[in-house]
Amino acid sequence: MGVTTETRADPAATAAAPADIAVKISGLYKWFGEFQVLADVDLEVARGERIVICGPSGSGKSTLIRCINALEPFQRGSIVVDGVSVTDDLKRIDEVRREVGMVFQQFNLFPHLTVLQNCTLAPIHVRKMPRKEAEEIAMRYLARVRIPEQAGKYPAQLSGGQQQRVAIARALCMSPKIMMFDEPTSALDPEMVKEVLDTMVELAQTGMTMLCVTHEMGFARQVADRVVFMDAGQIVEVNTPEAFFTSPQHERTKLFLGQILG
Amino acid sequence: MTDLAAGPESHVAFVRTTPAPHVARPPLPGGPLHWVRANLFATPLDGALTILVILLAWWTVPPLLDFLIFDAVWSGSGRDACLPSAQNPDPGACWAFVRTWFSFFIYGPYPLAERWRVDVFFALLVFGTAWMLWLDAPRRDLGAAFFFLALPTVSFVLLRGSTTIGLEVIDTALWGGLLVTLVVASVGIVVSLPLGILLALGRRSTMPAVRLLSIGFIELVRGVPLITVLFMASVMLPLFVPPAWSPDKLLRALVGIAIFASAYMAEVVRAGLASIPKGQYEAARALGLGYWRMLALVVLPQALRVTIPNIVNNTIALFKDTTLVFFVGIFDFLRTIEIARVDPAWATPVTSTTGYAFAAICYFVACHFMSRYATGIERRLAAGDRR
Ligand SMILES: Nc1ncnc2c1ncn2[C@@H]1O[C@H](COP(=O)(O)OP(=O)(O)O)[C@@H](O)[C@H]1O
Ligand SMILES: [Mg+2]
Repeated sequence: MGVTTETRADPAATAAAPADIAVKISGLYKWFGEFQVLADVDLEVARGERIVICGPSGSGKSTLIRCINALEPFQRGSIVVDGVSVTDDLKRIDEVRREVGMVFQQFNLFPHLTVLQNCTLAPIHVRKMPRKEAEEIAMRYLARVRIPEQAGKYPAQLSGGQQQRVAIARALCMSPKIMMFDEPTSALDPEMVKEVLDTMVELAQTGMTMLCVTHEMGFARQVADRVVFMDAGQIVEVNTPEAFFTSPQHERTKLFLGQILG
Repeated sequence: MTDLAAGPESHVAFVRTTPAPHVARPPLPGGPLHWVRANLFATPLDGALTILVILLAWWTVPPLLDFLIFDAVWSGSGRDACLPSAQNPDPGACWAFVRTWFSFFIYGPYPLAERWRVDVFFALLVFGTAWMLWLDAPRRDLGAAFFFLALPTVSFVLLRGSTTIGLEVIDTALWGGLLVTLVVASVGIVVSLPLGILLALGRRSTMPAVRLLSIGFIELVRGVPLITVLFMASVMLPLFVPPAWSPDKLLRALVGIAIFASAYMAEVVRAGLASIPKGQYEAARALGLGYWRMLALVVLPQALRVTIPNIVNNTIALFKDTTLVFFVGIFDFLRTIEIARVDPAWATPVTSTTGYAFAAICYFVACHFMSRYATGIERRLAAGDRR
């Protein structure tokens, strides 16, 4: 597997998760009532690795990444994020969430706050950063996603693409070690997809650990170290992008690629 | 059809070569006659209703105006002014009576020399309310702190008095009139909003004990009339506190009102909470905000904003319901009118009618403006102001 980045000494790391492992999911099972959504999911994400998760609708992609930052509880197996295992312990969960940024399909910006306030809310109230410093950092990230001039506006005044870039900046303002994306371009008008993908590509170039649920195959080819294909709650195939697109192994993968690539 | 590209495929392909001409909009049918026909007599039923309404107005409005304005007596110092006389054989409203008793309606039996304290309270209340209701006001967080913390404390000390700061203590038995009505209504709001929020959150809680307690309280209080709650507070509250600290009548009524208003506020806030999309909670939690921070910074600011019209409507209902404190022996605005209208010095056939008309006008004006405000906010929210 494609471990590409430097190994850093990390005091938080434990024996269960060596310092170069960002996320380790083992034997994960999850049910919604009687319905089994995830079954026997094993996945190790190395620090700095970029993973693209794809699969048919309802295959459990969102549920999987939402388990990682405990937006969904799971019933069996274990998830260790940056050396901290995700349990029911609220303190641990908050610890994990501080280190994992998440970008949603529907942006989920806070409509009652300006773009700048959206970006400084968590740094000020979770990281206890002084307001001035938080604003400086926010402006830096807003510049990086190329919308510093919109800082004073409210989300409703922005286009979908701009809103999604604000959402990315908002997550980055917490200086997360891992960024997760759940179909970040699916709710966008076609002409805005590119600006968001470009932002994600630039982010990937900084060495950020990324888990992206997306069907943008161009993005996967360009950025991903590995592509994970899910179906019916299971990981069916994991491979490098070249191998995944040129010689898919599993029947379901072939069928899926046939459908989305036409 | 010069626009069509000529050629053998011209029936399938099309390329516009000249822009479509700008054509003026056909004129609308206009004129007052058209408006009348379209709005008042569009169908036979419409026509019949229009005529009915005109007849009703013809029948009620002139006598009402006569009573309230044209035949009314505006000045005078006693009942003689409002009795039938040669100049005014059928006198209308006796406004002279209202003018004489006006300060009693406002302050009740509150001592004359200390009434400036009530005026200061009114001013503070208007200031705090305006700060809260004006959505674009600066520092609304300070405004909320003022309204929910400073105003109640300062008002209490001011109105009741305190020997330590040299303000004469005025027993609440001497409070009355509009003062008491406003005290009851504003205590209702100041207590019920935070308590209602807690109850609404409790009702959505994942902890069964909290949820059951909240639901039990809300449903119990909503299931009985206010007058019952008032009687219970009046009679039962003294049983729970040591006799040395026996709460006075007004305080008991206030507790009853606060309990009642909280249950209704809880339901209003619940509707506001339900309007917040799940994604807002998820985004807040994904950023690492804890439960209370998520509520205070993300959920409540949005939920309360969309709830403002309902909160105001609740306040209107509460404002009118305050008249019921009359039954547990409190001198509210209506009660002062009840007392004044039997004053022998003003005993005339129109005194009671005038008193009640005055009360009705006052309540109507207050409620109407609150209602107008709520409608305005509703329109603004509907116009997509989601800030
Ligand atoms: N809150 C929920 N309650 C019950 N079933 C759910 C819930 N969320 C998702 N599901 C079901 O779990 C399955 C996986 O959902 P999801 O992870 O959203 O799939 P994907 O993101 O791959 O489209 C779907 O069948 C969906 O209907
Ligand atoms: Mg999904």
